[in-house]
Amino acid sequence: MLVRMIDQTVLPATAQIPDLSCNLRANVLAAVLAITFLGGLFGLGLGWAARRFHVETDPVIDQIEAILPQTQCGQCNYPGCRPYAEAIASREAGINQCPPGGEAGIKALAALLGMESMPLNPENGEEKPKAVAVIDELACIGCTLCIQACPVDAILGASKQMHTVIESECTGCDLCLPPCPVDCIDMVIRYPDVSDWKWPKPRPVVSGTALIPDEIPSAGHH
Amino acid sequence: MHIDHAEQARTAGEQLHHFHGGLRLRHNKKNSCETPLENAPLPSLFYVPLLQQYGKEAEVTVATGQKVLKGDAIGCFGHLGSGCVHAPSSGVVKALVRRPISHPSGSDGWCVVIEPDGLDQWKELEPLTDWIKADPALLRQKIRDSGIVGLGGAVFPTAYKADDASSRGIHTLILNGSECEPYISCDEMLMREQPDSIVLGARILQRAVGATRTVIAIEDQMGAVNHALKQAVENVGDKSIKIVKVTTIYPEGGEKQLIQVLTGLEVPAGGRPADLGLLCQNVATASAVAQAVVEGKPLVERIVTVTGNGIRKPRNLVARVGTPISDLVDQCGGYTNDVARLVLGGPMMGYSLNSDANPVIKAANCILALTELDIRQSQAEMPCIRCGECARVCPAVLLPQQLDWLIRNQQWDDAADCGLTDCIECGCCDMVCPSHIPLTSWFCFGKSELRSLAIERKQAETAKHRYEARDARLLRIKQERRQRMDEKKRAIKDKAEKQKKLAEAISRSRARQDRNE
Repeated sequence: MLVRMIDQTVLPATAQIPDLSCNLRANVLAAVLAITFLGGLFGLGLGWAARRFHVETDPVIDQIEAILPQTQCGQCNYPGCRPYAEAIASREAGINQCPPGGEAGIKALAALLGMESMPLNPENGEEKPKAVAVIDELACIGCTLCIQACPVDAILGASKQMHTVIESECTGCDLCLPPCPVDCIDMVIRYPDVSDWKWPKPRPVVSGTALIPDEIPSAGHH
Repeated sequence: MHIDHAEQARTAGEQLHHFHGGLRLRHNKKNSCETPLENAPLPSLFYVPLLQQYGKEAEVTVATGQKVLKGDAIGCFGHLGSGCVHAPSSGVVKALVRRPISHPSGSDGWCVVIEPDGLDQWKELEPLTDWIKADPALLRQKIRDSGIVGLGGAVFPTAYKADDASSRGIHTLILNGSECEPYISCDEMLMREQPDSIVLGARILQRAVGATRTVIAIEDQMGAVNHALKQAVENVGDKSIKIVKVTTIYPEGGEKQLIQVLTGLEVPAGGRPADLGLLCQNVATASAVAQAVVEGKPLVERIVTVTGNGIRKPRNLVARVGTPISDLVDQCGGYTNDVARLVLGGPMMGYSLNSDANPVIKAANCILALTELDIRQSQAEMPCIRCGECARVCPAVLLPQQLDWLIRNQQWDDAADCGLTDCIECGCCDMVCPSHIPLTSWFCFGKSELRSLAIERKQAETAKHRYEARDARLLRIKQERRQRMDEKKRAIKDKAEKQKKLAEAISRSRARQDRNE
């Protein structure tokens, strides 16, 4: 429409010039009406979709929670990983309050939320190697306090019976330590044995040297 | 599976195909093949590692001071349907110690120390002489009890593989005699010197897993082997066994690559050869199966190639598991003066050993001593120039340069999407990289990171699940308690109301009585 209008304006003076002002007004009106109509239509569509595909929870919370280590230790000052995820999603908490997740966790959260990575907040604790709780079964008096404190039900026992930790379920949260009246729980760092050993990160190759400059000690060295 | 594929897999070995990439490497096998097989002598002490197969260490079943006979179980696995680790000779158990166990980590593992008494006396053997009529399940049980693992180097329990294959129904057994790595010649020597044992093993395995035919794949450069095996097959007159010569291109000895050469089909990513109706075993494994079934002997020894420019007289030795590697080296004339590194396995996929006091293990196909000249890097590592050579030679049809970039940037999920787990760590990409990037080391690192990440995710999920279950339980208990309290309160209230009503009724009746009176 606009193109034709311009064409018309450069017509030779002898040609009959139509009433441009009237034409322009009609066109603008048509455009405004069309846009309004389309806007309304899409608005209704979106409104319908929002109701039709309504989700109960914020999907961002689930994504954040998937990154958190699920230790349920409460070091972030929230009562568990889920509440902390909710707090992050509502920008109430920072992304650097999870010591078990450590630097890698903070980086992953920063990437997910489009934020700058930052160092771990020292107030929440420091990143430690993964440990499991071990109960000294001779010293245990069977008070069940640690069983009640364990967020993942990883301690087995009954009143006045010896307690023990199910190692494979223990997240290493330290929450069983404070309630123990006889201090019989120790956090033991799990060092990998041969079957869960990991290949180290390769070192850059330097010219003139062997990849791994090992010498062969003679037999009986060990 | 596609029907055409099923048909195509049945014709394995009829027509040869190609796999993507690969390299033609200098063979370097001749010097270790010139001397016939020799038995390694009894060492003064055996150090038998309890980690002898893919997975976890076995649990020790003997005590210090106990006398054992050759073939007695000294450690057993309680999982994967696998058998035991056996005493390599008769003698006395001296101790259970932690020491280096010939593992890429170089770390320590539990070893049973046995002092041999020199008699080398077998335990009472229980052979299955009429294996032709034996129940296949019984044969598999025998394979399991004899502690047989894949002797190609992967040490996956053979019985587990056989059980899986027979439950899924397979038609062709492939015996892998094409050891593709340079220097390694243990399988070649075995096929040359004990072809009858391999053919017997093939027939037993065929019965144990319900296969109808066997293809023995050898390299086209093994002339003597072809002759010996053909003779052995003719001797037993078994028409179902076929010997196929495949072109020597590294890594055609890899299970997936060999299957592709023989059938033209790829084993699906994350799948197994049984998906195509195939079972692949090493020739040495087949020989071990024959000995286990027909003679009743558990797996306590294997052929080890001791070779490399750092060894004076390279050769193949029959060595018992647990023999210190230094004993084998001594038998091969010792080290040359310029020896610089000891490798377990071949030059492409092997790993450095930190000491020659390490024991021989079931996975030890080759002890390679390299000299200073062999291992010297000519150039320092440079940035990737995206030339694509690595992708051209990759037998798994991956994009190594892309994977390297993703691993360096710790994009684990993307690396997994790009097929990192399909990498067979063959080292071809390393070899051709003009920038000398240690690609395979990065892939090993990346793969173990992926593995541990998967474990961590699973643990996190379990923890989350348990936490939620506990939360729900605590909530339920709270609600139940409240409900009980409410009921109690209501009961008290009801009682009070009842008494009130009763009192009213009594007073009413009294009033009536009073009125009547």
